Amino acid sequence: MILEIVIILLIIGLVFNLLGSIGILRFPDVYTRLHAGSKCATFGSIFTSLAVVVYGSAMWYTQDSMVYADMVIHTVIAVICLLITNPTGAHAIARAAHRSGIMPIRAVVDRLKEEK
Amino acid sequence: MPLLNFIVTVIACLIFYLILTAGSGTDILIWSWQQFAVGILFSLVVGMVGRNVLVGKDLRMVNPRRWVVLIVYLGPFFLEMAKANIDVAIRIITGNINPGIVKIPTNLKTDLGITMLSNSITLTPGTLTVDVDEKTRELYVHWLDVKVKEPETSESVSGSLEKWIRRATE
Amino acid sequence: MSITFSTVFMIAAVLLMSFTLLALIRVFLGPTAPDRVVGVDTVNTLVVASMIVLGAAYNRAIYIEIAIIYALLSFIGTIFIARYIKGGLR
Repeated sequence: MILEIVIILLIIGLVFNLLGSIGILRFPDVYTRLHAGSKCATFGSIFTSLAVVVYGSAMWYTQDSMVYADMVIHTVIAVICLLITNPTGAHAIARAAHRSGIMPIRAVVDRLKEEK
Repeated sequence: MPLLNFIVTVIACLIFYLILTAGSGTDILIWSWQQFAVGILFSLVVGMVGRNVLVGKDLRMVNPRRWVVLIVYLGPFFLEMAKANIDVAIRIITGNINPGIVKIPTNLKTDLGITMLSNSITLTPGTLTVDVDEKTRELYVHWLDVKVKEPETSESVSGSLEKWIRRATE
Repeated sequence: MSITFSTVFMIAAVLLMSFTLLALIRVFLGPTAPDRVVGVDTVNTLVVASMIVLGAAYNRAIYIEIAIIYALLSFIGTIFIARYIKGGLR
């Protein structure tokens, strides 16, 4: 039962991670690559970590070993760190790219360029 | 109020240290006394060095009611994120995009609210905050699929997220 | 042969590593500097995810602690490169 849940969560996470890495190869410019790279990868990582949390909680419940409690708590903290740092990093890269003069390709509208 | 800042910083650091070292022994609940002593020592040092950096002027977020709202906020946020992620996944496979940078006005007053809204907008795929106008509180958002060129509110970009953040931070 | 948790997690970790190689192609190809930074950022996220999965595969919590530190340090690296690209470290 637990094994099936873990496998399903891992497959969902791996599919999103794969799409993220394909996306940064497929998309045409920096901004669209940021969409694929830093966000699909974050979502996929949340699901693979959720698989680890489910596994750790089940083992904690059956074996009552402190190693698994450590594993669950630290995985949750690592996911929170990823959730805070990843969008901030993506925002910094996008802002730096726009300031250094790289314009979005195939853009239908660019308000930021018009007002600067 | 330097003393209040100091106390808040020390307690926050101690709680974080204790979460990280949970399960180290059985002396005090589930912590060993060595970890407890080292945690208190380092929290005092960090509190002395960073009391004005980490907390700032505004102690509004210490209120536990706001924390409850923030935790409830994770629900609609995660739903929004899942929907948008599936949308971007389809766009990655088909390669069908319509990008552009739009300007959205916001009604949030605090810096923390703006930060949280722009981070949430960045985490829901399809939208990415590029720049912020600090005077007029407007966000410049790169949108993967531009539906409205002149959005009036942040409703069309981020759904109901702004309402939740206003409830949590103001 | 029955399927165990550690084999499942190990297979997932190997797949995550192969996705890391896919993302590295962008680091080598990328025409401009921000493109390469996007590639590095994705590689960092995938490495953190695979460290967590490896920690579950070996039943060692220490891998996950290292993943936390790696996530925070790679964030600082990304921020510094972004400041450098924007023009000058003021």
